Amino acid sequence: MAAEEASGGIQIHPMEQFTVRPLFGGTELHWYTITNQTVWMAAVVAVVIVLFALGTRRRALVPSRTQSIGELAFGFIRNMIVDIGGKDMLVFFPHILTLFLVIVTANLLSLIPYSFSIMAQFAVTVTLAVAVFVTVTVMGFVKHGVGFLKLFWVSSAPAALRPVLAIIELMSYFVRPVSHSIRLAGNMMAGHAVFAVFAGFAVVAVISPVSVLAISAMYALETIVAIVQAYVFTILAVVYLNDAYHPGH
Amino acid sequence: MEGDIVQMGAYIGAGLSAIGMGTAAIGVGNIIGNFLSGALRNPSAAPGQTAMLFIGIAFAEAFGIFSFLVALLLMFAL
Amino acid sequence: MSSEPITGAAEVAEQSGGMPQLDFTTWGNQIFWLVVTMLVTYFVVAKIFVPRVSAVLAERKASVTNDIAAAEELKRKAEEAEAAYDKALAEARAEAQSIAAQARADIQAEVDAATAKAEAEIAAKQAESEKAIAEIRASAVESIQAVATDVTGEIVAAFGAKADAKAIKAAVAARMKG
Repeated sequence: MAAEEASGGIQIHPMEQFTVRPLFGGTELHWYTITNQTVWMAAVVAVVIVLFALGTRRRALVPSRTQSIGELAFGFIRNMIVDIGGKDMLVFFPHILTLFLVIVTANLLSLIPYSFSIMAQFAVTVTLAVAVFVTVTVMGFVKHGVGFLKLFWVSSAPAALRPVLAIIELMSYFVRPVSHSIRLAGNMMAGHAVFAVFAGFAVVAVISPVSVLAISAMYALETIVAIVQAYVFTILAVVYLNDAYHPGH
Repeated sequence: MEGDIVQMGAYIGAGLSAIGMGTAAIGVGNIIGNFLSGALRNPSAAPGQTAMLFIGIAFAEAFGIFSFLVALLLMFAL
Repeated sequence: MSSEPITGAAEVAEQSGGMPQLDFTTWGNQIFWLVVTMLVTYFVVAKIFVPRVSAVLAERKASVTNDIAAAEELKRKAEEAEAAYDKALAEARAEAQSIAAQARADIQAEVDAATAKAEAEIAAKQAESEKAIAEIRASAVESIQAVATDVTGEIVAAFGAKADAKAIKAAVAARMKG
């Protein structure tokens, strides 16, 4: 990538779009400063409120369009939890639903040109993944006490292999939040970086049609990725939570 | 001058780590191909396994994303 | 993308050409606003959205169950009505058949009576006619006999024999019977 070309030619800064900057003047970034990211987070909340709170306002027996969307999301996440973890995991239904709605809304909003991709920020995804990790660990010990450690002790393996497997399982358990967060952020970041790269090539008149076509194709792909990654993040959260509920192998 | 050599190495490394993304793509293709051949043999069992399909894809893709991340780190964070 | 002067931590990140995501000075801010976002969304989802949709789904299930029950009831009523209709139809048909049979019997009786009457009249007329024919035949025989007697007497006289009228009459009568 020709990011370092100083004078003339193509100047592509695919990473610049992920910069968090204070929105209303000011030079420093305090913990309470309103940034471009904050605005898009507010947009996510607004969309969730409009679609899912106002959309179901009428509680119609025959659903309107917005209410259908809400019922679709509701049934989708509920079935996911029941299929994977059984009915006793429905305690976490609102939490998982919140997770899914925030991620999918943020991902889809980030496809708007000039918007900001919240889920491409490692700060955000790491926080979410760590929250899931902590919840799973705490729930595991609350539900099963020390018995939760059976998750790492593969009782179906030969006795000699078990300590080795325990170490591997323990490592994979602690790698989970890392892969969980990087998968989402990396996917979103990759898509938006590719957009930026192609958009940067569009400066040259000869390749601009190719560039625009490529961006259109990528846009379709990224729409799928936005939804699939939200789904994957949610279903992995549910799968990890299922380990806390049913730790045996 | 020395900085240039470091940068060159970083760029070469970024290009090499992009190979990892290709191999992750092979892995994802494997998963979907095997799922499809299984699903065509027994279509009635397929819908219950789509969740497993997505989990598998996610795991396989994660490593492609890792290598992408390594490439980005080499290019921009060094 | 931005023409405004870039400031603070962002400037450092961009000038070094690095990844803005790894600029840890922004993490506190991001995490704070993320937590706010998640909490607000959680309250919207858990306190408004989930109860509403659960209520709607439960209500829909109940109303569907009710509708199915009502449909069963209506079906049962329709079947009853159909049975009653079938019964009425069968009764009407039986009645119609009995009426038709009655009418047929009445007509048959009338026809029989008329036939009998006509036959009797015909028989009477036939008897009368036969009587008349017999009289005519008798008178015809008598006149033939008379003519024959006369003719025989004349013939006998012509042959020159003498014959008395009684013998001729007897001979003609004997011949005519034969």
